[in-house]
Amino acid sequence: MTDSPETRPVIEFRQVAYRINGHGNSTRELLHDLDLEVQRGETLVLLGRSGSGKTTTLKLINHLLTPSSGELRVEARPTREWDVIRLRRMIGYVIQEVGLFPHFTVERNIGLVPKIENWPADKIHARVLELLQLVGLDAEIASRYPRELSGGQRQRVGVARALAADPPILLMDEPFGALDLITRAELQREFLDLQKRLRKTVVFVTHDLREALLLGTRIALMEAGRLVTVQTPQEFLDSTEPLAAAYKDAFRTTL
Amino acid sequence: MNVWQFMLQNHTEVLELTFEHLKLVAISTLLAVLIGIPLGILITRWPSLNKPVLGGANIIQTIPSLALFGFLLPAPWIGARADRLAILALALYALLPLIRNTYAGIQGVDRAIVEAGRGMGMTDRQLLFQVELPLAMGVIIAGVRVATVISVGLATIAAAIGAGGLGEYIFRGLAMVNNQVILAGAIPAAAMALLADVSLGWLEKRLSSR
Repeated sequence: MTDSPETRPVIEFRQVAYRINGHGNSTRELLHDLDLEVQRGETLVLLGRSGSGKTTTLKLINHLLTPSSGELRVEARPTREWDVIRLRRMIGYVIQEVGLFPHFTVERNIGLVPKIENWPADKIHARVLELLQLVGLDAEIASRYPRELSGGQRQRVGVARALAADPPILLMDEPFGALDLITRAELQREFLDLQKRLRKTVVFVTHDLREALLLGTRIALMEAGRLVTVQTPQEFLDSTEPLAAAYKDAFRTTL
Repeated sequence: MNVWQFMLQNHTEVLELTFEHLKLVAISTLLAVLIGIPLGILITRWPSLNKPVLGGANIIQTIPSLALFGFLLPAPWIGARADRLAILALALYALLPLIRNTYAGIQGVDRAIVEAGRGMGMTDRQLLFQVELPLAMGVIIAGVRVATVISVGLATIAAAIGAGGLGEYIFRGLAMVNNQVILAGAIPAAAMALLADVSLGWLEKRLSSR
């Protein structure tokens, strides 16, 4: 592979491990020597059960966690060399509990990153309206508080907020996990539409195989802190790899 | 002569002592807020300071108030005037609820919210002033409320070292074995405590409704 900016991976894990100190001298390894590349414009899904290391992997990318060993590069630069604030502002972040600020209106929530990046007020306002439309929300909810919204609306605001400063990378940690099935399906469809237009580099964490097959351009299957395989959805469906087979079994009746 | 007649007859003195009392409470609480809230914030940033700071404030609370006034007497500048001494002692007593509530309020902010902010690239300062402090404000005001109410009661003892305030009537009444005089100090003090409690309670409720 050449090293031109177009073909170079946006995110590269090289033998990245993450350990925490347990009781006494013991350490627990949450992530074991991970090698993984995320290409520009793709949606890489991290699939695995609770404790498999998916969220840990995600938090290493925006440096909420620091690798214990190995090297993690974002845009060809190791995360430990990045100015962490600059790194995070070019990475949109959406989490399951949404993490909207309850004391901010929808408008202030969405405009948060532009505001701390010192955009002029009128430009922020215009951007907020543009984003509300992009995620399918009425402009009139801009003045509401998060507690006045439904779960689906809150999650849409969360996505809008992550997109506010137009970051090239998007990290999504089970963003639709807490929603009812119908709302979830709706948001998944909208995500696909959005991604077709925006072409962000997305890393998406889920434990739902159907979601992974639907949204991912590639699926990275994780188990107990290790990467098992990385495959396209079609390869995954055809795969005979035992863990992949177990997932397909578990979801068989609902596929 | 009942207590109301006594207060009416001596209304200038009652007002003067009430004002003095209010001054002691207001200045000492303000001082405690200016020290206690930053200390509370500090120990959320430096967890290793948690134990010594909270422990220190705890120990101060265990010193009997009269003894604390006595301990501070030989201090330079402060010991020279009774009101300075009283203000410092009252401020020291008010520290614990302020430090503890500031700390608990910030620690109590939903971790997901703080992590979302950090993940979006907010600096520690921005997180503190735009997210953590506003969301902790209800709990912090609850601390101010407790500190103020304790202070109003405790300030009556300041009269024992000649710092004035409504305690003057209480001590004078005790010496004269005259309940009317005691009540002339106790009733305005209780009213002041009640008023502080209700108004700060209202503020607390307003600030924690979000």
